[in-house]
Amino acid sequence: MFDLDKWNEIYATVKKHKLRTFLTAFGVFWGIFMLIVLLGAGRGFQNGVEESFDVAKNAVFVWSRRTSEPYKGLKVGRRVQFTNDDVKAIRNEIPEVDVIAPRNGLGGGFSVNYKTKSSSFEVNGEYPDFLKVRPAEVIAGRFINMLDIEQKRKVAVIGERVQEVLFEEGEKPIGKYIRIRGISFKVVGISRGKGDSEDIKEAAETIIICNTALQQAFNQVNKVGFFAFTPKEGIPAVVIEDKIKALLAKRHSIAPTDKKALGSANVEKEYARVQGLFFIIGAFSWFVSIGTIIAGAVGVSNIMLVIVRERTKEIGIRKALGATPWSIISLILQESIVITALSGYFGLLAGTALMEFINSMGVKGNFFANPEVDMTIAVSALATLIVTGTFAGFIPARKAARVNPVEALSDE
Amino acid sequence: MITLKQVHKYYSVGKNKLHVLKGLDVDIQEGELVSIMGSSGSGKSTMLNILGILDDYDEGEYHLNNTLIQNLSAKKAAYYRNRFLGFVFQSFNLLSFKTAQENVALPLYYQKVGRRKRNKLAMEYLEMVGLSDRADHTPSELSGGQKQRVALARALISQPKVILADEPTGALDTQTTQEVMDIFKEVHRKGITVVIVTHENEIAEQTDRVIRLRDGIIESDKVKQEELTVKE
Repeated sequence: MFDLDKWNEIYATVKKHKLRTFLTAFGVFWGIFMLIVLLGAGRGFQNGVEESFDVAKNAVFVWSRRTSEPYKGLKVGRRVQFTNDDVKAIRNEIPEVDVIAPRNGLGGGFSVNYKTKSSSFEVNGEYPDFLKVRPAEVIAGRFINMLDIEQKRKVAVIGERVQEVLFEEGEKPIGKYIRIRGISFKVVGISRGKGDSEDIKEAAETIIICNTALQQAFNQVNKVGFFAFTPKEGIPAVVIEDKIKALLAKRHSIAPTDKKALGSANVEKEYARVQGLFFIIGAFSWFVSIGTIIAGAVGVSNIMLVIVRERTKEIGIRKALGATPWSIISLILQESIVITALSGYFGLLAGTALMEFINSMGVKGNFFANPEVDMTIAVSALATLIVTGTFAGFIPARKAARVNPVEALSDE
Repeated sequence: MITLKQVHKYYSVGKNKLHVLKGLDVDIQEGELVSIMGSSGSGKSTMLNILGILDDYDEGEYHLNNTLIQNLSAKKAAYYRNRFLGFVFQSFNLLSFKTAQENVALPLYYQKVGRRKRNKLAMEYLEMVGLSDRADHTPSELSGGQKQRVALARALISQPKVILADEPTGALDTQTTQEVMDIFKEVHRKGITVVIVTHENEIAEQTDRVIRLRDGIIESDKVKQEELTVKE
C-alpha cells in the first residue's frame, strides 16, 4: 500500500492545490493544537493546585473542643483533653491507621532568644512522622527522630526565617542553643515548607521541637493537643476519620450524638472535590477539541470529494488500465490520512512547543505550574488523527471506487 | 478471440428502456485487424465498452480469449482488462501529471511489476513507437500524434490479446493519422488482435474486415477480398 508511486501522486496533487490543501489541513491542525493546549493548560492548573496542597492528600486531622451535651453525669462545656494513651489505643484498635502524628503547640506570649537577639515564633512539638503528613524539606542537619522522642531530647528544627532573625549572616545555626521561654533547645536542622507561598512563609517562621520534650519542659505531660493521621494504602481517609472520632468519643466520655466536642478535617474529601473539577475540565477540553477535529476532518472529507470529482477521468483511465477498486480506495484514503496526520502532527508539535515555551518562561502562579503534555495525551491525539483521517477519506474513496469508467472516459 | 452471441444492451432513460444493441453476433479470430463503423447512436461505442469490460450487457454471451465475461466482480473485471486488453482513446487519456515513460509503465504498476523493470520496459515500448527521446516529457509537451503513440505504447506494454481503439485518429491530422495507423498495422503483423472503432473510411479501408453497425444491429460484415484470396 505504501509504495513510492502513491507518495508521488499525493505529492503531485497537494502541490497542484497548495492553498486549498493548506486551508483544509489548517482545520485539523487547529483541532489538535487546541487539544494539546487545553489539556496541557488543564494539567498545569491541576499541577498548580496539587502543589498547593501542603499536606498529604489523604491526611485526617482531629482536635478537641468543649462538649455540647451532658453525658454519663458529666456536664456540658467540659474541655476534652487528648493524652498519650489515646495514641496507644488508636494504634491498637484501629489497624487501618498508618501514621499517627500527635502535636502540641506552645500557647501564650513568649519569646525565643539567641544571644542578644529575640523574637516570637510559633513553636510546635512534633513526632518524626509529621513529615509524612505535612511534607517539608530538611535543607540542613536533620529532622526530629524517634531517639529524640524516647529520650525527650531538647532539640529543635527551625524555619529559614527563624534562622534569618536570630542568627548573624554566615553563622551556622546547627549545634547552637536557642532559648524558648527560657529553656535551651539545641538546633539540629533547618527545614523548608512545601505548598503555596502562604504555607511556605508560615513554615519559615515556625520552630519544630521534639514532642515529648515539649510535653515535659512546658508542663504538658501526657497531654496531646492535636492529631494528624493518614490511613494505610487503599483505605479511604473517611473510614479512619469516623473510627478515630468514635474511639476518642468513647474514651473521653463524649455523647455519641455530640457533634461539637471533636473537630476534624479530611484532606481526601477536599482533594476528591478538586479532582472531580479537573476531570470535568479534562472532559470539556476533549469535547471542544474533538469537535474541532471533526470539523477539520469534515473539511478534509469535502476536499477529497472535490478531488475525486476532479480526478474522475483519471480514475476512469486507471480503471481501464486494470486498477482494482482497492487500489483506487487506498489511493484516496492514503492521501486523506496523510493530510490529516501531517497537519495534526504539526498541531501536536506547535501545541507542545507552546507548552514548553510557557514552561521555560517559568510562568508560575498560585494555581498554575508546569503545563505539560504527557505521552497519553500525545498517543490519544495521534490515534484520534488516524481514525479521523480514515473516516474523512472513506466516503470520497468509496465514491472513487464506484466511478463508472464509461462515464468517466466519455467526459469530453 | 472475441465471440459475441446475441448480445443485447438496454439503457434506462427515465421510465423507458432504450434498446441499444439488438442481438449482436460477432466472431473475431485471433490476429484480425477489424474496424467497426457506424454513425453516432448506432451502438458502436457501447459495443466497444462491452468488449472492453467497461460496461455490462443484458442478454447473450461474450467470450474473450475463451473466458465467459459475464457479471464479473470489479476486481475480476480489472484483472481481465489488465491482462487481455489494451485501450487507445480518441482523446489519448494520458495522465497529465506523469511523464510519457510513467504513463506507459502504468499498466505494469497494476500488475505489481517492480519499478525498475517497469521503467525499463516502458522505455523499450517508447522506443518501439519512436519516442524514446520524449520519455521525460509530460503529455502537455507532446504533439497529438506523439500523445497517441505514447497511448499505444501504454496499451501494448501489458502484452494484451486485444487492442481496442476508440476513434484513435479522430483528433489527428492526415499525416499523423497515417503514422499512427502504421503502428496499428505493425501491431497487427505481430499477431495481436486489433479492433478499431472509426467513422473515417480511410481508416476502415486499411483494415482487413469492416463491421458496420446501424441502430444496434449489424448492417454488414465484410472481409476484404484480396486478403481472403491470399489466405485461400
